[in-house]
Amino acid sequence: MQIHKHEAIIVGAGGAGLMAALYASKGGTDVAVVSKLYPTRSHTGAAQGGISAALGNLDDDAPIYHAYDTVKGGDYLTDQNAAMVLADNAIDAVIELEHMGLPFDRTPDGKISQRRFGGHTSNFGESLVRRACHAADRTGHMILQTLYQQCIKQKVNFFDEFQVVDLIINKDKCVGVVAVDIGTGEFHIYHGKAVLFASGGWGRCWEVTSNAHSLTGDGAAVVLRKGIPLQDMEFYQFHPTGIYRMGILITEGVRGEGGVLLNSRGERFMERYAPSVKDLASRDVVSRAIYDEVEAGRGIKGNNYVHLDIRPSTVNRFFAEEGRPESDYIDDAYVEKKLPDILDFCRTYLGVDPVKEPMPVQPTAHYGMGGIPTNIDAEVVTDENWAVYPGLYAAGETACVSVHGANRLGTNALLELVVFGRRGGMKIAEDVKQMEWTDLPSDAGKAMESEFKRIRTSKGKTKSHELRQKMQNMMMRKVGVYRTEETLSEAVEELKEMKQLYYTDLTIDDEGSIFNTDLMEAWELGCLLDLAEVTAVSALNRTESRGGHSRDDYKKRDDENWLVHTLVHSDSGDVQNPNYQINIKKKVDLSLAEKDDKFIPKERVY
Amino acid sequence: MATVTIKIKRQNPEISGKDKPYWEEFTLKDVDPTDRLLEMLHRIKWEQDGTLTLRRSCAHGVCGSDAMRINGVNALACKVLMQDVGETIMVEPILGLPIVKDLVVDMEPFFDHYKAVMPFFVNDDPVPENGRERLQSIEDRESFDDTTKCILCACCTTSCPSFWANGKYVGPAAIVQAHRFIFDTRDKASQERMDALAEPNGVWRCRTIYNCTPACPRDIQVTKAIGEVKLAIRRGSPTGIIKAIG
Repeated sequence: MQIHKHEAIIVGAGGAGLMAALYASKGGTDVAVVSKLYPTRSHTGAAQGGISAALGNLDDDAPIYHAYDTVKGGDYLTDQNAAMVLADNAIDAVIELEHMGLPFDRTPDGKISQRRFGGHTSNFGESLVRRACHAADRTGHMILQTLYQQCIKQKVNFFDEFQVVDLIINKDKCVGVVAVDIGTGEFHIYHGKAVLFASGGWGRCWEVTSNAHSLTGDGAAVVLRKGIPLQDMEFYQFHPTGIYRMGILITEGVRGEGGVLLNSRGERFMERYAPSVKDLASRDVVSRAIYDEVEAGRGIKGNNYVHLDIRPSTVNRFFAEEGRPESDYIDDAYVEKKLPDILDFCRTYLGVDPVKEPMPVQPTAHYGMGGIPTNIDAEVVTDENWAVYPGLYAAGETACVSVHGANRLGTNALLELVVFGRRGGMKIAEDVKQMEWTDLPSDAGKAMESEFKRIRTSKGKTKSHELRQKMQNMMMRKVGVYRTEETLSEAVEELKEMKQLYYTDLTIDDEGSIFNTDLMEAWELGCLLDLAEVTAVSALNRTESRGGHSRDDYKKRDDENWLVHTLVHSDSGDVQNPNYQINIKKKVDLSLAEKDDKFIPKERVY
Repeated sequence: MATVTIKIKRQNPEISGKDKPYWEEFTLKDVDPTDRLLEMLHRIKWEQDGTLTLRRSCAHGVCGSDAMRINGVNALACKVLMQDVGETIMVEPILGLPIVKDLVVDMEPFFDHYKAVMPFFVNDDPVPENGRERLQSIEDRESFDDTTKCILCACCTTSCPSFWANGKYVGPAAIVQAHRFIFDTRDKASQERMDALAEPNGVWRCRTIYNCTPACPRDIQVTKAIGEVKLAIRRGSPTGIIKAIG
């Protein structure tokens, strides 16, 4: 096994990983980025609408308003200290991206252009605010490209198409990772003082998802298998507007530019669910509204989708009703300019031209609010007392700071990547200067070599794709927008059976070493099954409805018992029989509420 | 459309008899006109032959993983619908890069060319005193908008006969990347990039064959961008060129 030695090992090369790598490297740290994809293939590049910062370029704005929206959007499960850090750091982080060359759209006076987005308001909910800094509808693409470019300039070491499969621990410290070179099938050891996971989400647990095929939660699973907890896994966001059946995301920016959701009667139904901000209520609220409309028989042509309409004639009609000035009215050219990629997706995949026809949309599995628990400096913490795990860090979707609480606001994910990737990179640069090297254990990588051999030589009857499809379909039905004790208990049992098959009855076709994606997909399925199970277990445990977690049998939010984070961990040390345990003693940070009544948890109304 | 035949050019260096390129034919039933070719390749891999090897990730044309040659034309498999390719489809790896296995090629030479044009923003001037963004007019921002769309999928470069003939040529994608910075009014390293592209394996290897433009899945006007870079090099400055061409 080849051994590489770098002070900091960054796992994943999306926005958070690249940001961490860049800032650790600028701080003098020797960094290696290990990623299963070429960095520019990362899913950060698919993010569309924008990145929020209270720059106030077009409307009156302030970080405290942004923090308020983030806390409220998270249904008060958001850690308030973290939300304030996010909102405060947003301004510097976005300005730094511009200084790195990011080509933001511009206002007539040459500043960064901003647009409206769901749940983002001025003056504590008074009116919608233009806060989302954007580059057309490819903001994530521009962030990913810009950060990769700057990492090249900074001469960061990249190991592209290396799949990280295990964490190496010695003397209760994280000392590195094990990775497979996908191109050759060889195992490599990365020995470091600091390891940061920025490996993205696990949307492929569900059948209809906006997530890339590669989003299989590997990093979170690898950490979970070492007995380290994951936090708030029951909170998974369904984005309201995925393209019908395909799940491809249609940015909230469409509604930010005036687009509206309509049911089979042509009603703008969000007026009933969120009278004040309507279509720009938070995502969990809008997804449930779509689900309820469909259940009430008001889906389009009796199907389980509704229409998203950005035709200027429709948008301007509602603008007129709302009394907006004629200068706000839009035309076809404006839609083409502001939403080019969305138009392209619809024209390519649906044969629908959004400037002439409405788009068919349904909720799509989108984003994990939970993940590897961290503090505001991206250090992994393992219990309710915020004990730091030495040498281990996490940032981005795979982490749970928690800035998103029970539901993430649009644009706050790109922001989280850059803010906490940056903080993590800076913290690592500081920490590695004080840290001594800890030796690798003598058996580093051996367990994974035999696990891969087991999968590669499996001679059962179950193909990994069959099992994956079964899991995805079941998760959609039983751990979706609405849940009950019955559906969740069934889900937990079915996942145990699927895992049994995974460990005893797998079969794969490709026994080779070179670029064996058959093998890699099978290994990734193991990660998905673990994450699906902790999601179902955590959801079963939380007997209330909050944000993205809606229990049909416990419809109300219950602050008395549930203003706490869920920590789930395996206590068996056995990957096949993890025996997950749940601890709910970690309290939500309410530090802003102590100073300002507006932050005290209350019923969430949009 | 019910049944289609997909012929795939395959190669597996680990298996004797399959270590040279060969064609293999697969038949798929129940194919919808609006199915994506990528889904069909997944069906082959998942239902018929797990050894079929390809790269893919986002599946909707923004990550650039699944560039391949489809009926002789480069495209992303996830952006090609079955109704547009007929009932017998030929799928090959992109040309001009070493084959690793089946549809997977070695991308390193491609990324080496990319890195050779200084594909990063350079401006060491002090930032504005108020600590805020550098200002840029809507028109100046617009002048390089098209080339910011590049996702480095290599569809353009591997469709270029000049690149097939000489792999040392930096190729269209690298020039597109250079264009994105050369015409950004905030950037300060245009001259160095133009110098690099004025070398023998730079922009003059382009013979305006035009394969690159229709190959681009992001609809970037690649040949036009290359022309603008050529003109900037001849004039010694990028100033005024994009407005002059229109």
